[in-house]
Amino acid sequence: MALDSQDIRLRSATTVESPPSARSFRPEVAKLIDISRCIGCKACQAACMEWNDLREEVGTFQGTYQNPLDLSDQSWTVMKFDETVIDGSLAWLIFKDGCMHCTDPGCLKACPSPGAVVQYANGIVDFQQDACIGCGYCITGCPFDIPRLRKQDGRVYKCTLCSDRVSVGLEPACIKSCPTQALTFGSKAEMKELAAHRLVDLHERGLGKAAVYDPPGVGGTHVFYVLPHGDRPEAYGLPRDPSIGPVVTFWRSGVARALGVATMFGVLVAGILHYMRYGPLEVPEETDGKTGKEAQP
Amino acid sequence: MNRDEDFILPDGKIVRHGNYERIVHWLVAITFLFLFFSGLALFSPFFFWLSALFGGGQFMRMLHPIAGVLLAWLFYPYAWRLRKDNAWSAVDAKWVEHSVAYMEKRVEFHDTGKYNAGQKMMYWSMVPIIAVLFVTGITMWQPWFAGSFPASLRRVTSLLHAVAAFVMFIGIGIHWYAAYWTRGSIRAMVRGTVTKNWARYHHPAWFRQITGGKD
Repeated sequence: MALDSQDIRLRSATTVESPPSARSFRPEVAKLIDISRCIGCKACQAACMEWNDLREEVGTFQGTYQNPLDLSDQSWTVMKFDETVIDGSLAWLIFKDGCMHCTDPGCLKACPSPGAVVQYANGIVDFQQDACIGCGYCITGCPFDIPRLRKQDGRVYKCTLCSDRVSVGLEPACIKSCPTQALTFGSKAEMKELAAHRLVDLHERGLGKAAVYDPPGVGGTHVFYVLPHGDRPEAYGLPRDPSIGPVVTFWRSGVARALGVATMFGVLVAGILHYMRYGPLEVPEETDGKTGKEAQP
Repeated sequence: MNRDEDFILPDGKIVRHGNYERIVHWLVAITFLFLFFSGLALFSPFFFWLSALFGGGQFMRMLHPIAGVLLAWLFYPYAWRLRKDNAWSAVDAKWVEHSVAYMEKRVEFHDTGKYNAGQKMMYWSMVPIIAVLFVTGITMWQPWFAGSFPASLRRVTSLLHAVAAFVMFIGIGIHWYAAYWTRGSIRAMVRGTVTKNWARYHHPAWFRQITGGKD
């Protein structure tokens, strides 16, 4: 089922080793989202629905351009709009929300079902719904709150970075639709160069705090941003320094698993050794069960 | 015939566990095994193959929380019923002090009631642990309840759930071994009865209570 099954780098809940990446070279890909160029037209949202055959239920007007209000199993990317005051003036923040395709993915780390979450050699993190058991651990493990459980089938969905398109040499549907080149797609190295170039431009135009958001806490991401207000990622709804975190890391670690197994075997071995040394506790029939060896207080 | 009170049968056997206690005990035991094996599959990929016993990963994931509610629903009324026999007393402190000697069969106790201090510790550890598992389990229950709790909380409760499950396993493991080690106690929980000598030897104070003070 897994697309590009010879190109898998990481596979969830796999005890020994991920299957090998048979091909010798796959460049890491990335989508660069330059927020400074985004006009909030939602063409990417529409293209995502079209390519992936998704149909969100028609909602109601909530007094904002944002529609739907949040990501869902039918909306893998959502344009978010927010008004806030930055440096004494109104800032209208537009933000394209969706999966970041972490190098160190919390969803994959947390997943208990073998192969339900994979990471391809090109860096795309993909869910394999046939193996998904609907436990939602990926949602708990994700530092960006991205995966969404579909109640109808009990499986989790999110942006695939159009892995089906990328595997045949096409760019993701959202990239194809973007009219302002706010979205660009290519190798991670190229996109980093482009981002650096865009930053120089923004700094010259007076947005001195513009920055690249490619958080190192999750090993960098395969969807990354140029943020005009780069000193305040929280204003866009992005965590300042995301990582899988110590709790999830320990919970899903080999150490925790080893401790669990050691506990079980410890109880078993203690029981066997005790029985070998002392034998069963039986009622002494010769005294009709009268207790004799009373413990001295 | 009401067999829920402890009394001596005409054939001299003593009823130790009534019908309700035995039925609920074994229902709890089966539910625990179900939860333990399915939980193990969710905890470690090494044990994920156990999900095949429960109709595959999806179905197992659906059943596990339902079994959890069933366990709490069975256990707490049962525990409430046994609360008086498990009340802690000075006799139990003495048992704990000499527990190693007891396990090495070097001492016997003349004043143990219906349950000894080891059994009471099992009882009083299960009461809070099952509550922790129940509450943390609710916060993890997809798709019904988990969404109502923030991910930051679910990370902690998920870890707590796993830790509590292994603490519970230690308790249950000791419980299994103690039942096997103390000859006659598995029979007591299956058939409900023990011999007079068994009661006199293992639970002398309880024996005197039933026989009206006679040793």
